Amino acid sequence: MTKVRIPPTLREQVDGEREIPADGDTVRELLDDLMGRFPTLRRQLVQDGELAPFVNVYVEGEDVRTLDGLETEVRPGSTVILLPAMAGG
Amino acid sequence: MAETRVAANLLELVGNTPLVELTPVGDVRIFAKLEGQNPTGSIKDRVAKAMIEAAESSGELEPGRRLLEPTSGNTGISLALVAKLKGYPLTCVMPENATEERRRLLRLYGAEIVDSPASEGSNGAVRLALRLAEEDSRYFMPFQYGNEANPKAHYDGTGAEIVDALERVDVLVAGLGTGGTLMGAGARLRESFPDVVVAAAEPLPGDPVMGLRSLEEGYVPPILDVSKLDRKVLVSNEDSVREVRRLLDEEAIFAGVSSGAVVHVARKLATELDDGVVVAILADGGWKYLSADFWEAEDVERSMERTVWW
Repeated sequence: MTKVRIPPTLREQVDGEREIPADGDTVRELLDDLMGRFPTLRRQLVQDGELAPFVNVYVEGEDVRTLDGLETEVRPGSTVILLPAMAGG
Repeated sequence: MAETRVAANLLELVGNTPLVELTPVGDVRIFAKLEGQNPTGSIKDRVAKAMIEAAESSGELEPGRRLLEPTSGNTGISLALVAKLKGYPLTCVMPENATEERRRLLRLYGAEIVDSPASEGSNGAVRLALRLAEEDSRYFMPFQYGNEANPKAHYDGTGAEIVDALERVDVLVAGLGTGGTLMGAGARLRESFPDVVVAAAEPLPGDPVMGLRSLEEGYVPPILDVSKLDRKVLVSNEDSVREVRRLLDEEAIFAGVSSGAVVHVARKLATELDDGVVVAILADGGWKYLSADFWEAEDVERSMERTVWW
């Protein structure tokens, strides 16, 4: 089981929780588990079977886009964080 | 002794910042590029100068136009300098929770500030500025997030200067805001050091500044191509500040918040190497954060979560 941190924008769709436990060995399996239980998340997180462009997923603090994308391995007890893509400058 | 030169104006003093060696991590040497030594104290002087000069040469920007730019502060301050020297009025769209020093500096330079909602962070400033520019054609918006002159300034400047100074670079770390530094300096370094790892340090923003209505309001700058990054590492405010304090305590370097995050990542990646050279780009000094509570705060996250730092 892995704890997934949910950004404020998505909390309404997960009954206000800041963190949701989910099961899966990869990011894809983890998100599938989450979206199975909270179906309204799907429209926000996934686009054409890939991660939606404005969503970032971090496993142990690293963006999965620079790892193996949705196939990035998630070890039990890892920290997974979902965030909206944000600019700075 | 180095030759003392006379500059015709401050714009000639943008760039050519020093590299200084930090305490190594094992056999890995770490060099910090001190962008705080630019005229307004940040790396954005390079970007502001390049964007305005490119727009002037292309004829897109003519006397009489008013500049408009979304910024969390540093780009605005740099544009204020360039605008003053070149005679353009400037309006900055800035999150209302940017640090007080930034607002004050902008006003002192004579810039006008339009507030964007605190809860939307920099993304909200981008949205509001895009709308204002569309509604009023008197505005000229350099738009750092979509302007190729931004990464080009780092290709021609920041990156080229590093390549000139060092014979070997294994890792380049810079903060991710617009992506300009990472795209431009990263591309230049890859030409000289094909195996260089280009790593982004990015902030984990506090919940109160992430209050976008939906993830679809997230924003990826058009100049940023994430596939060109080898690593993209999230850094908490707490880890950033711990490193800012360590830089001051142990290296006597007075750095800004994003620089803390960058050096945190640089040292982390250094531990993954047996030997080598890591270059960290320190975007600004600590001056514009002096009023912040984090220098002494016990609960750093709480003291920082309501403010836009990058």
